[in-house]
Amino acid sequence: MERVILHSDLNACYASIECMLNPALKNKPVAVAGSVENRHGIILAKSQQAKECGVKTGEPVWQAKGKCHDLIVVEPHFDEYIKYSSMVRDIYRRYTDLIEPFGLDEAWLDVTGSQRLFGNGYEIAENIRETVRYELGLTVSIGVSFNKVFAKLGSDLKKPDAVTVITRDEFKEKLWKLPASEMIGVGRSTSEKLKKFGIHTIGDLANCDRDWITKQLGKCGTELWTFANGSDTSRVKPDGYRTPIKSIGHGITCSADLVDATEVWRVFLSLSQDVHRRLTGYRLKACGVQITVKDCNLFSRQFQKKLEIPTRSASEIAKAAIDLFNANYSWNYDVRAVTVRAIDLIESDAPAQLDFFTDTSKHEKMQKIDDTVLELRRRFGKNAIFNACLMQEEKIPHGNPEESVMPMRMFR
Amino acid sequence: MRKVYVDVTLKQDKYGTIVPLTVTWEDGHRFDIDRVLDVRRAASTKVGGAGVRYTVRILGRETYLFDDGERWFVEAKDGF
Repeated sequence: MERVILHSDLNACYASIECMLNPALKNKPVAVAGSVENRHGIILAKSQQAKECGVKTGEPVWQAKGKCHDLIVVEPHFDEYIKYSSMVRDIYRRYTDLIEPFGLDEAWLDVTGSQRLFGNGYEIAENIRETVRYELGLTVSIGVSFNKVFAKLGSDLKKPDAVTVITRDEFKEKLWKLPASEMIGVGRSTSEKLKKFGIHTIGDLANCDRDWITKQLGKCGTELWTFANGSDTSRVKPDGYRTPIKSIGHGITCSADLVDATEVWRVFLSLSQDVHRRLTGYRLKACGVQITVKDCNLFSRQFQKKLEIPTRSASEIAKAAIDLFNANYSWNYDVRAVTVRAIDLIESDAPAQLDFFTDTSKHEKMQKIDDTVLELRRRFGKNAIFNACLMQEEKIPHGNPEESVMPMRMFR
Repeated sequence: MRKVYVDVTLKQDKYGTIVPLTVTWEDGHRFDIDRVLDVRRAASTKVGGAGVRYTVRILGRETYLFDDGERWFVEAKDGF
């Protein structure tokens, strides 16, 4: 039986939620941007009108204002975005339990088994579109097709508030003329490589020799060739499915550049406490630590190392992070942003190989202290107890550090 | 139109159904809800926001009362 897959995309998610909550913003050029004071001043999302003026996601606010003088810039309200995104998912759930979210604003739905109850793919998509509009005042564009890749391409074809159907008979005519970079899996660098081979459209990719493209791009080449030919068979993962966690990290852009190792240490310590909290929540510990350091010229580098004993303790992770930093960073420039990440995660009760020379009692003691601190903070709030050196820390911006879960590659 | 958050008194029956009984305006005026005519999820296109929309009759007039999950609000016509 032919599968029926929907890909639903909440149009200009952040910006449309802001406009829905405040109708005074409707039909005006609106952009959602981080706070300029905390140096997060880049455009996160823009309304249709702002898009027409040439405002792009990811550019600094001053640049966007240069293109569009009457641009209204609003601060992001992530709690609202999460709330409305989950309300949209509740609507999907009325039609199927096979819902695979892709970020906050996109999701695949497998409605193959729902057709006898709710009509064919197009009818279900139309119902979803109308319901989201009526109940939440938001618009979605939906692609309907027989696999996930084409459903996603379909949802991009007509925007906003539209449904596009791509059938097996017409995909060549409708999709093969699109640039290859439109397809999921073709990022900036793959697109450049393909261009060098004279492959510009999805059709070019589909019509090239499979063995040849595999030779050029490896396993990824075969995958892309399969996608372009409409033979992708990856399934929509059931609602609630969680991809195994590969790493847990926290990063911040500091409100002023860090000028010495002591300042970097404080930031590492503060970030490691959040990493510790999440590791504990997931019942995991880290066998390695990775740091990313971005200097004031926006140049970033990443370093990682293995830990002698797997740990979840904040102080041990922070210690490993600062060791890595001191060993590798040459201090040509001041530091703008750092990330601490726990990698090579294992279950917290997994056995670990010990050696004769490491004093594990010290490690256990440290872990106990950090766990106690975590418990105190959970019960009495984040400010109930903290390291003295963090008392007058002014370069760590308030509010949540970046903690979003990025979409995994879909075909795993 | 303005979005006005209001105090409401609710009755919850043993099956869990919630029925709003009175609405208290910003100036302290309290109105009895004569009847709930319709309940559905909907967005407020006039003042923004979304949630469960109660179509209610107050003093012979039909109006919307929204429960956005955290608070209740009405679409206030100025001069009402």
